Amino acid sequence: MDKELITGSEALLRTLIAEGVDTLFGYPGGQVIPLYDCLYDYSDRLKHILVRHEQGATHAAQGYARVSGKTGVVLVTSGPGATNTITGIADAMMDSTPIVVISGQVPSPLLGSDAFQEIDVIGITQPITKWAYQVRKPQEIAWAVSRAFYIASTGRPGPVVIDFAKDAQIGTLHYAYERVSRIRSYQPAPDADPAQLEAAAELINGASRPLALVGQGVILGSAERELRAFLEKADIPAASTVLGLSAMPSDYRLNKGMLGMHGNLGPNRKTNACDVLIAIGMRFDDRVTGRLDTYARQAKVIHFDIDLSEIGKNVPADVPVWGHVKQTLPAVTRLLRPAVHTQWIGSFEADEREEYEKVVVREIHPLGDPPLRMGEVVRKVSDAAGAGAVLVTDVGQNQMMGVRYFRYTRTRSVVTSGGLGTMGFGLPAAIGAKEGAPERRVCLFTGDGGLQMTLQELGTVMQENLDIKMIVLNNHYLGMVRQWQELFFERRYSATTMANPDFAALARAYGIRSRSVSRREELDEAIAEMFAADGAYLLVAEVETHGMVYPMVPAGATVTKIIMEKP
Amino acid sequence: MDKKQLYTVIIFSENIVGLLNQVTIIFTRRQLNIETLSVSPSAIRGIHKFTITTFAERDMIDKVVKQIDKRVDILKAYYNTDEDLVHQEIALYKLSSERFLRLQGVEELIRRYNARVLEMNEDCIVLEKSGHYEETQALFLELSRSTGVLQFIRSGRIAITKSKVEPLSDMLAAMEKKINENP
Repeated sequence: MDKELITGSEALLRTLIAEGVDTLFGYPGGQVIPLYDCLYDYSDRLKHILVRHEQGATHAAQGYARVSGKTGVVLVTSGPGATNTITGIADAMMDSTPIVVISGQVPSPLLGSDAFQEIDVIGITQPITKWAYQVRKPQEIAWAVSRAFYIASTGRPGPVVIDFAKDAQIGTLHYAYERVSRIRSYQPAPDADPAQLEAAAELINGASRPLALVGQGVILGSAERELRAFLEKADIPAASTVLGLSAMPSDYRLNKGMLGMHGNLGPNRKTNACDVLIAIGMRFDDRVTGRLDTYARQAKVIHFDIDLSEIGKNVPADVPVWGHVKQTLPAVTRLLRPAVHTQWIGSFEADEREEYEKVVVREIHPLGDPPLRMGEVVRKVSDAAGAGAVLVTDVGQNQMMGVRYFRYTRTRSVVTSGGLGTMGFGLPAAIGAKEGAPERRVCLFTGDGGLQMTLQELGTVMQENLDIKMIVLNNHYLGMVRQWQELFFERRYSATTMANPDFAALARAYGIRSRSVSRREELDEAIAEMFAADGAYLLVAEVETHGMVYPMVPAGATVTKIIMEKP
Repeated sequence: MDKKQLYTVIIFSENIVGLLNQVTIIFTRRQLNIETLSVSPSAIRGIHKFTITTFAERDMIDKVVKQIDKRVDILKAYYNTDEDLVHQEIALYKLSSERFLRLQGVEELIRRYNARVLEMNEDCIVLEKSGHYEETQALFLELSRSTGVLQFIRSGRIAITKSKVEPLSDMLAAMEKKINENP
């Protein structure tokens, strides 16, 4: 193939296109002007979403990646442009989200001289990226950018940073796209060890009370069908981590709900009652396990993961199954004997009933006429949104209420900041989710605190005319911190009350339709109006100020020590 | 909880800018002090070898080494205790020529420590000794007492495993083969 003489900027854009990129989230600045100039000629092939702050670009890229399964791409300038992406990069690292962040950099002769808007992007991002590389010469672009996509999207996915010196953008090279599909020092997915597969099957075949814990690894590995075949053959009840939600539909017979601090009673209690615990693509986060030395001590633990460093990191594995779930799950399934665990599965019913009576019914069908509850708003929106909707949340009570009461019918339906717990994630992530799945309904639940951390992205919603349904659960508090203060700090509400603006008026200032609702009898109609509206809509639900998310396993407590109601 | 002991972490990596930082930040996160560090080209062109010693609990070093091993540009990382290794450090001692030559039994001292003289001029003498930490330290203490040491420097540990492990070249060939089989 003849190599054409083109600029580094053009080589970058052509490589992006060759890697299947069609959408960029970015913000221009001094050291990426040549790149943006070139983008002007490629605007028919690369859609650029202009965010209002670079953090928003990273979260949008995350939202895009999470719903589409593709790698999200961010384009920012050097210095503050790059440092503003740090939170999103760290979030993507924690939640295994494939994104490639391309930051401009000062011309290479100026590197290290504290030039205007120079920052050591590689040094700063190495701890929070899967790979970070500085391109100083145009000749490196094809290799580095293709390598970035290969690394971000394979194995356990994660963020990659390409720091792109300005002289490499301007300089020319003889370009030909070369796809990177192997790196000798990097093995994305090892071949499964037959001994591990057999040992796992043997434990499961001998189990009378097996419990599967489903993590995001199942979704990232596109192994939802393989998971169901596995669960069904041996009749294994399963529970999800927050990020694993929607790998199984909410109403699936073997789906017993959510694990963790605000998870369902059954899964948490049964963790300490099962005889074989089967972790699949999850990492035993402390929000899932609570106190480690009392966690599932009675059970043999099987841990499926693609990342060897996760196996045994928090919970020792009796049987590790290191590999890609798309291969390992079916391989173990083949070795399973069909089983029936009717009694064991039936034993979840008592927990479900207890949780329904003590928590759920009060949240979604409160007696009398108390102020609006967060859970009822979420459930009504979920019901009205219909099948296939995507839930995006911010962080805090809105997030826990969102994931608990929304109902899922298809995979890749939850976009939330799990590991890092980034307030401000929600609105920009919803923008990315809509770009990544334009045909799906996108419902954002956010709080009055989190919304105000990235509120400026309403401008992006306006400019892109995005059909996102935004619901603010406004309790005039930083609700989750307030909940901890109420439960554990003697109701000393230190720095958690919020004087809020009129969110509906703010939305209208951006040309976004909006309505505020505080009365129960108006809620259904307000939700109907939101979904009937063409385009973006912001619904402000004035909810009870002192709402609590239950059940709750306090931080560091045994997973069965669960608070069910106000003490 | 395990007892802390000295582990030697051996890492083979691509020779890329910033690799050392990628490795050390993993120690930093776990609050592990690096006792010694040595980095040099390996027997294979383009591949660098790190030898790092640190005091840690076994469970901790196991997790840290796994996290190092998974970095994209790291070819292989593993850890050993001293029993599994032949290891060595090198030390240089700069002494005053005048005071050293006045010392009784210079020949015997150099023979006893298996040291050698690298440089000698009218101002200073530079001795070299290789060995384990205790051995280079013993010579340092003896010289400090007798003539005084003007400058002293000790390298990080270098080490080779005693056990039968596949040479890096074989491991690389196996990795290349596997990658080529599964494009």
